[in-house]
Amino acid sequence: MREEIIAAGFGGQGVMLIGKILAYAGMLEGKQVTYFPSYGAEVRGGTANSTTIISTAEIPTPISSHPDVLLAMNSPSCKKFGSRLKKGGLLIANTSLIEDVFKRSDLTIMKIPATSLAHDLGNKRSANMIMIGAYLKYKAIVSLKSVEKAFSIFLPGKKDFWDINKKALRLGMEYEGR
Amino acid sequence: MSKILMCGNEVIGEAAVQAGCRHYFGYPITPQNELTAYMARRMEEVGGVFLQSESELAAINMVLGASACGARAMTSSSSPGISLKQEGISYIAGMELPAVVVNVMRGGPGLGNIAPSQSDYFQAVKGGGHGDYRLIVLAPSCSQELYDLTALAFDLADTYRNPVMILADGMLGQMMEPVTLKKINSKRVKKPWVLTGAKNRPARMLRSLFLEAGALEKHNEKLQEKYRRIKAKEVRCETYNISRAEVIVVAYGSSARLTKAAVKMAEERGIKAGYIKPITLWPFPEEVFINEKDKDKRYLVVEMNEGQMVEDVERCAGDRKRVSFYGHAGGWIPQVEDIFKRIKKLV
Amino acid sequence: MKKVFGRTRTLRDTHTHYCPGCGHGIAHRLVAEVIDELGIRERTIGIAPVGCAVLAYYYWDLDICEAPHGRPPAVATGMKSVNPKNIVFTYQGDGDLAAIGFNETIHAANRGENITVIFINNAIYGMTGGQMAPTTLCGQVTATTPSGRNAERYGQPIHVAELLGHLPGVTFSSRVALSDIPNIMKTKQAIKKAFQAQMDGKGFSIVEVLSPCPTYWRKTPVEALKFIKKDMTKIFPLGVFKE
Repeated sequence: MREEIIAAGFGGQGVMLIGKILAYAGMLEGKQVTYFPSYGAEVRGGTANSTTIISTAEIPTPISSHPDVLLAMNSPSCKKFGSRLKKGGLLIANTSLIEDVFKRSDLTIMKIPATSLAHDLGNKRSANMIMIGAYLKYKAIVSLKSVEKAFSIFLPGKKDFWDINKKALRLGMEYEGR
Repeated sequence: MSKILMCGNEVIGEAAVQAGCRHYFGYPITPQNELTAYMARRMEEVGGVFLQSESELAAINMVLGASACGARAMTSSSSPGISLKQEGISYIAGMELPAVVVNVMRGGPGLGNIAPSQSDYFQAVKGGGHGDYRLIVLAPSCSQELYDLTALAFDLADTYRNPVMILADGMLGQMMEPVTLKKINSKRVKKPWVLTGAKNRPARMLRSLFLEAGALEKHNEKLQEKYRRIKAKEVRCETYNISRAEVIVVAYGSSARLTKAAVKMAEERGIKAGYIKPITLWPFPEEVFINEKDKDKRYLVVEMNEGQMVEDVERCAGDRKRVSFYGHAGGWIPQVEDIFKRIKKLV
Repeated sequence: MKKVFGRTRTLRDTHTHYCPGCGHGIAHRLVAEVIDELGIRERTIGIAPVGCAVLAYYYWDLDICEAPHGRPPAVATGMKSVNPKNIVFTYQGDGDLAAIGFNETIHAANRGENITVIFINNAIYGMTGGQMAPTTLCGQVTATTPSGRNAERYGQPIHVAELLGHLPGVTFSSRVALSDIPNIMKTKQAIKKAFQAQMDGKGFSIVEVLSPCPTYWRKTPVEALKFIKKDMTKIFPLGVFKE
C-alpha cells in the first residue's frame, strides 16, 4: 500500500495542517510516512501545498510527481495539481472557491463546498477538516480515531475549538457529494 | 521508545540539545530557518545561549569563541551562508577547536534557489576554506540519521578537536518523518586547552598562526597525523549486496533514499544490484572500492549535482571506465524509475 | 636599594617585534598594568587581532586567543556567552576594527556586549606595508594613496569613538593619545575605566588610542609624536564621548 496525497490552497487555509494530521495518523497506525511542505517565497501570498505519503514500505522521496489524491482548496491549486493526478486518482474539490472543477474522465471527483459548510458550522477555518472528512469517506486510509488523536498533537488548544473541528470532520464524512 | 513526527531541521536542533549543545549562533537562510527558530525556543527552555548574529561570518566566529571557552557550540546555514563561514571554519580547523556546522544545502552557484541540492560536496569534503585541513563530514539520509549523526558530530568534534559538518539538504531539512528521540549518552572529553583565565596554571594560547621557521610545517604534520587517525577509525558506510551485485549504485543523503528504492526495483526484475551509501563523506569509505577485486563490476554514482563525489569514486575504483554518473544541479531530484533505467543499461 | 619601577605581572619578559617608536609596546604595557591593578589577570581572556599586534599573545601572560581579521568582537561575544564572569577584551587596529570588522564591531557594541575593546588608531596599515586605513588622514601619503588620501575618492577618516558613542549599548567610549607622558597616563585611566565598566557589568566599552607609527608615517619617533599632537588630534579630537 502506498498513498500520495497533495493538499493545496491559499496560505492560511490550513493545507499544511491537513498534511501533518494525515501523516501523524498514518504513523500512529504503524505505517511509514513522510510530510513535505512547500516552502520559501512560494508560501507567502501564493499557493501553499503539502505532500503526505503513507506507505507500508520505505519511502524513497517525500515528493510526489503523480499523487493519488488531491485535496484542492482553491482554483489555482486545483488547476496546478489536478493535471498531475494519477490515472484513477481522487480529486476532492472545495467548490466554495472552485467554480470550474478540472475535467478528467479518468478521475474520481468529489465536489464539496467546504468553506461554506465550515462557515455554517461557525468556524471558517475548519474547512480543512471538512476536506479530511470527505477524504476519509472515500478512502479509509487512516481511521477517524487516529485523525482525532493527531489533532491533539497539532492543535493543542481549547476544548470548544476541538469540538468544532471534530464536528467538521464528521460533516465532511457525511456529505453526499458528486 | 515511541516515534514522533518532526521536521528534519528541528530534529537536528533537538539532537544538538540532547548532546549538550547550549550555545547556538546563526543567521536566517532558507531552507534551514526552522532550525534557527527551534534553537531560539529550546535554548530558552534549557537555559542555553541563542544568538541571532549580524552575519554568517559573525556566527561562525561566535562559535569559535564559545568553543575556545569549552562549550559545545553549533551554527547552521545553507549553501551561500556556508560559503561565508569558510574563513572561520579554516581558523577553527587550524586552531584545533571542536565545532559543529550544519549545511542544509540548496541550489547554487551564487544565490541559486532554495530547492534541495547536493552541490556543496566539494566545498565540504575538499576544503572550502584555505589551507590543508579536513572537516569530518557526515551525510544523513533520513530523519533518524539527522538525529543520530548530529549527536555523533559533537562527540567526534570534541574527540578530535576538529570541526564536523552535517551535510544535509533542503529535502531532509523540510521533510517530516517519524523519528525516535533516543537518549543520548554524550562522550565526556577532557579539554585541557580551554581558556578560562590563567588561574593557578600557566597561561594558555589558542592560535593558528605559526611564524617561526618550520613551526607551521610541524603544525600541519600534527594535523595530518590526526586526519590519518580519523581515517583509520571513523569511516562509516552502509553497503547492500555489493559482493553479488553487477551494478553498485553509490549515493549519499537524499539521493541514497531514492537509490535504495531503485536497487530494490532492479532486484525485483532479476538484476543483480547493490549499493554503497557513504555516511562519512570525509573520511570517504575508500576501502570498500579498493578492496573490490571483481573488475567487471560497474559503479553508478547518483548525485543531486553535476558530478562531485563521482571523482572520489573514480579515484578509489581505479578505473574511470567502470564508473558512470547520473545527476543534475539546480534543485533537480532524481526519480526512482530513472535511476533504475540507468542500472538496467549498465547490465 | 628601593625598587621604583618594574615589569608588571601580565607583561611577559620578552622583546617585542615592534618597530622603534611604535605605540603598541606602550599600549600593551598599559593594558597589562590595568589588568594587574584591577587584579583580574586570572579571569581575563584576551583576543589578538590580525595586524601589527597579531603576536600580542607573546607579550601578555594571560589566556589569549587569535581571531580572523576583524572578527574579535564576534569571538568575544561567543566567549562571554560561555562564562560571563570572565573579563574578555579585544585589542584591534584600525584595519581590523574599522574596515574589515566594522560590522562585528558595531553589532557587538549595539548589543551592549559586556566586553572591552582597545582600539589602536595609527591611521595606517602597518603589518602589510603602510597602506591606507579607514582612519588615514586626508592628504596622508600611504602605499595605496601615493598622492595622499583623496576625500572625494575615499571619504573622510572614520570616527569610531564618536560613532559608537551614539549607541545605547555602549557604556564607555573615549579617545586618548600616546603622544606624551600626561596623555599616556590619561590613556591608562581610560583603559582602566573601560575594564572597570565591564567588571561592573555595564556593557560595551571602547578606548580609541591614537598611536604613533614612525615607520610608515616616514617620521622619526619624536616627529611622530608631534604629528599626533598637531595633526591627528585636529581630525580626531580627544575626549570622552560616552560615559
